[in-house]
Order: sequence, then structure tokens, then C-alpha cells
Amino acid sequence: MKPNRDGLAAHAVASNGLLHRRALLGRGLALAGAMGAGVGVSTGAAAEPLTEPDWSLVPGGSMPPYQVPSRFENNVVRLIDNPNNLPQISHARTPHQLLSGVITPNGLHFNVNHGSVPDIDPAKHKLLIHGLVKRPLVFAVDALLRYPMVSRINFLECGGNSASLFSNDPAQATVQQIHGFASCSDWTGVPLSVLLDEAGVDPKARWFIAEGADAPHLTRSLPLGKAFDDAIVALYQNGERLMPGNGYPMRLFLPGWEGNMNTKYLRRIKLTDGPTLSYHEAHTYTDPLPNGQSFQFYFVQEVKSFITSPSPGVGPKAPGYVELTGVAYSGNGRITKVMVSADGGNSWGEAALQGTPLPKAFTRFRMPWQWNGGPAVLQSRAWDEAGNVQPTRAEFIALRGETKSPASWQSFPSHHFNAVASWAVDPKGEVTNVYA
Amino acid sequence: MSMRRVETGISALAALLLFTVSAGAEGPNLGQPISEADLAPWDLTIMPDGTGLPPGSGTPAQGKQLFATYCAVCHGENAKGGIVEGLVAENPPPLSGPGSVKSIGNFWPVSTTIFDFIRRAMPYTQPLILTNDQVYALTAYLLNINKVIGETEVMDATSLPQVKMPNRDNFFPEFPKLMPRP
Repeated sequence: MKPNRDGLAAHAVASNGLLHRRALLGRGLALAGAMGAGVGVSTGAAAEPLTEPDWSLVPGGSMPPYQVPSRFENNVVRLIDNPNNLPQISHARTPHQLLSGVITPNGLHFNVNHGSVPDIDPAKHKLLIHGLVKRPLVFAVDALLRYPMVSRINFLECGGNSASLFSNDPAQATVQQIHGFASCSDWTGVPLSVLLDEAGVDPKARWFIAEGADAPHLTRSLPLGKAFDDAIVALYQNGERLMPGNGYPMRLFLPGWEGNMNTKYLRRIKLTDGPTLSYHEAHTYTDPLPNGQSFQFYFVQEVKSFITSPSPGVGPKAPGYVELTGVAYSGNGRITKVMVSADGGNSWGEAALQGTPLPKAFTRFRMPWQWNGGPAVLQSRAWDEAGNVQPTRAEFIALRGETKSPASWQSFPSHHFNAVASWAVDPKGEVTNVYA
Repeated sequence: MSMRRVETGISALAALLLFTVSAGAEGPNLGQPISEADLAPWDLTIMPDGTGLPPGSGTPAQGKQLFATYCAVCHGENAKGGIVEGLVAENPPPLSGPGSVKSIGNFWPVSTTIFDFIRRAMPYTQPLILTNDQVYALTAYLLNINKVIGETEVMDATSLPQVKMPNRDNFFPEFPKLMPRP
């Protein structure tokens, strides 16, 4: 392709600089040339003469038994809100703005702990299965480690993720502060159905009630059908044993379902004919609609996406070529399409999906953007294989409502927010949370 | 075909025999059997109909004293709120939309949740230290200050599940197709 300005126009797919996703392929380099003033064929000052840096002149340091990121990456951390471990809930949010790909590193996976992080000795931890079964059974961790296992890449999202977007006025916050309660890992464990079959399910059983070994003995009720669909007792996260904040030594993992239901520190499963209506299902993760009715048992984390970069704090540094990227996911299956807008939803272009989208997993999307240095409002919108489309915020709050006064980014005015989110980019390249 | 479908179609005895054979032959079968009596100390589950409630009883007056001792440090004097949320409803149901302050008297659908949660999770720094009588008393106190029961009503395994919560009829499942059939 011959570099010229006509090439740019040929690749525009939506207004305000969005380019066709094929510009991300190798041949996009030719397109980059076509951008003229954008990427640097005509703007760059010459590079300085090359010299040997210090680290190339001496051997480096020793290898630690468990390696951690470079000291130059020490800003890539979770945002924690209870560092002194006061007797209240603790949150740690994933820094999406500094990550790429679809797997969340274990040290950066989000945590919401209702009773801090227990220090559980796996040699003493047990899993009890009882209730409407033919014979109650107790499983040691070592015993479960001998079972045939399955591995799945699945997202996990707290029911309170993005909750501050219920505010009637957009809270000024980063993607980590707003959307940091979603992460994605390779989870490995024993299918719950295998263990239930060994205990022998009574035909009268309709639900199973899971309970953790942490101090709140956190407990949730789940339909038995999920146990025989894809629920696992997870023991590994991204290849290594679960992190303490994520449920070590074992947790219930329910692909695509509300985070809190994925009971950490799992110690007991009771089969019953009905739900217990525990605190967290009767109070915390259920919310009134404007008409006074409340959803209950909000199982599925529905189709959703958000742009991770550019985002507040990581805006474009200069006009020209910018890659828009983010994650999309659905508790109802695979992502089939992500559309991106740079003009607040007036025009849309289809983003490139990285690799083959997996069901109930993060799908990374990318979109080439030629920023002209003017104002822009960036949005992403996702579709899933079940035919669901991520709602606009206007559609969403028409049903779900919004607060009557501004709420902070730390607040949880309601739960299960999955509408389109918007970032405004100003001419300085600063990015803010807006509603559009 | 799953084991469950097989079992529903044949007699219980035959199912048990089949289960015993197949479990031994097919699966690791590494769980240890345990009796109902030996697992009872872990069975904290209480159902909305009262199944699982232990013996014991308590009154709002008894609960008021206990609340001052064990709970007010976090939930504030008379449960009006402290470093964590208050436990008294500020307004009657129904609530309206995001930002509503959900509390026992104006939101919780069933009364048994109060006993269940206090017993399993409170006091926050020392769960499971309260006796069943104390948990009944605190449950009675919270129901009383939320104007759901009177000052002299006694809460026990019979009376607690009969308490009608004001907001009980305002819930519906978001995903009806995922709810188990009765």
C-alpha cells in the first residue's frame, strides 16, 4: 500500500477517527505510513546515537524462587480500601488500565472479602457434602487433589462491579475504581457433579447451599442444576493453587455467575428442597427497583464490556494513532461482537476480537483510532452468542433507576450494572468518566 | 445419562445398589462417610420455615442488653449506625430504586435470616461465641426496634418463622428459568 492520505480515509469505519480493524494487522504498518502526521513518518526528530546501557555491561541479579515483576512495574497493584483490617468488608480492585490480554495475574485478581482473609491450613480443611443425599461425605483437600479435574478460562465478576455508575452524576474515577471487580483466570478443579454423585443425590433435592470456612461462614443458595451444568470445586488458579484472597485451599466456582455465589474457603455443601435466604442473598446482592420490587437470585453476570485504555490516567499522550482496547464478557456464553464509538454513540465501528472468544471469559478487543486532538467520547458495546446486547445506560436506568443524589465511586447504590460506559477525552488527552 | 436420572426412575433400594456399585467402579470415591450426629456441629443452615432453628428463646429486653455489649461498638448505640451500617429501618417499605437504605424492617423478606446471620457471623471479631438464647434475644431486639414485633414477644423456634416481614411480597427472581421447579 502506498502511503498517502487517501489510505486513511479508505480505512475510516465511523466518525471521529475510528479505523477499520484490519489496520491492526501486520499490513496496518503500511496504513500507519498512510496516516502521515499521525505515527511519525514526517514528525519525529532523529533518534539519539546508540550506546551500551549499564545493564548490558555486567551480569544481572540472581533468580528468586518465586519471581515478581520488575521494580519498574511497582505501580501495577490492586487498589485496597481496608489496609488496617478494620472489622468491615475489604476490597481489592484489578488495575485494568495497566494490563492487557485476557488473563488476570493471580496477584492482581480482585478480592471482596466479608471477613478478611483467613489463614487456612490445607491439611486440616475439609469439605462436607450432606443434606438430601444418600450418604453424607467428608473430603480432605489431599483426597480432592486425586480426582480427575477440568480447567476452564472464565471471568469472575462481583455483583457490585461498576455499581457507582448507578449514580445520577458520573463519579470521577478510574477504570480500576469503577470496573475493578472483574478478573479472568484459568480455573482448575473437580466437577461438583462428580462429588454429588458419589454422595448420591436424593430426587427431592432442588438447591444446594454452599458455605465457607471464613469467619462470616458466608453462605449462598444455588439451583442444583448449576451443580450438574458446569460448577467446579476449584483448587488451582492460573496453574498454581488458589490465592488466599481467592479462597485457598478451595472455592466453589460457578462460571458466569455472580461473584459472591462462588463461595470461597468452601467447607460445606448441603442439598435442600429450597433456598435458605442467607444475608447475602436476602439483603446484600438484591436491590429495589424504582417500583419497589426487588430482583432476587440474580445469578448471571450479563453481557458487558468496558474500555481499559485509553481511560482516566492513561489518556493519549499526543494526537495521532491510538489503540483503543478493553474487555468484553458474558455469563451467557461467548462474545460475538464488540462495537466501538468515538463520538458518544452516534457512529460505531466493529472492533477486532483477539483470538477465539471463549464462553464466559474475558475477550480482549482492539480498535485502531486516529485521534485528531479534538474532544471525543469513547464507548464499547458487546453482543453475546445467546443474542444478548449490552444495554445503553439510558436503556438500563429506565428499568433499574439511578440515585437521587450523586454517589461516590466507593458506593454500591445497587448491583449488577452492565450498561455501556463512556470515557470523554479532552484536547489535552485527559480522560474522564461521563454519561453519554 | 446422569446418575440422577437413573435413580429417579427406579426404586430407592435398587438405586442404592446401583449407586454403590457404580461409585466404587467409576469414581475415585475418596470421601469419608460421616454420621448425621457427627456433622451436626457444622450444620448452621436455617430455612425460612424454621427448619434448623435450635432450642432456646429470647426477648427484646434481653437483646437490648446484649446489643450494647456485643454489637454497639460497630453498629452504634441502639443500632443507629457506627463504623458500619445501622440496623433500624429509616422508612417503611417499599423502597425505591438505587441508593435506598436497605434494612431489616423495610427490606428483609424473612425473619429467619436474622438468626442465621447473627449465629454464623456475629460478633464480627468473635463469631459463634453467642448462645442460642442470646441469638434469639438479639433477633427479638432487632425485630422490635424495626417495629415488626412487640416489646414483650418471645422469639423461639416456633414463633420466629411465623413473623411476617413487611417487605416479604416485593421480591421476584431475575432469572425465572434458572429457578428450580418446586
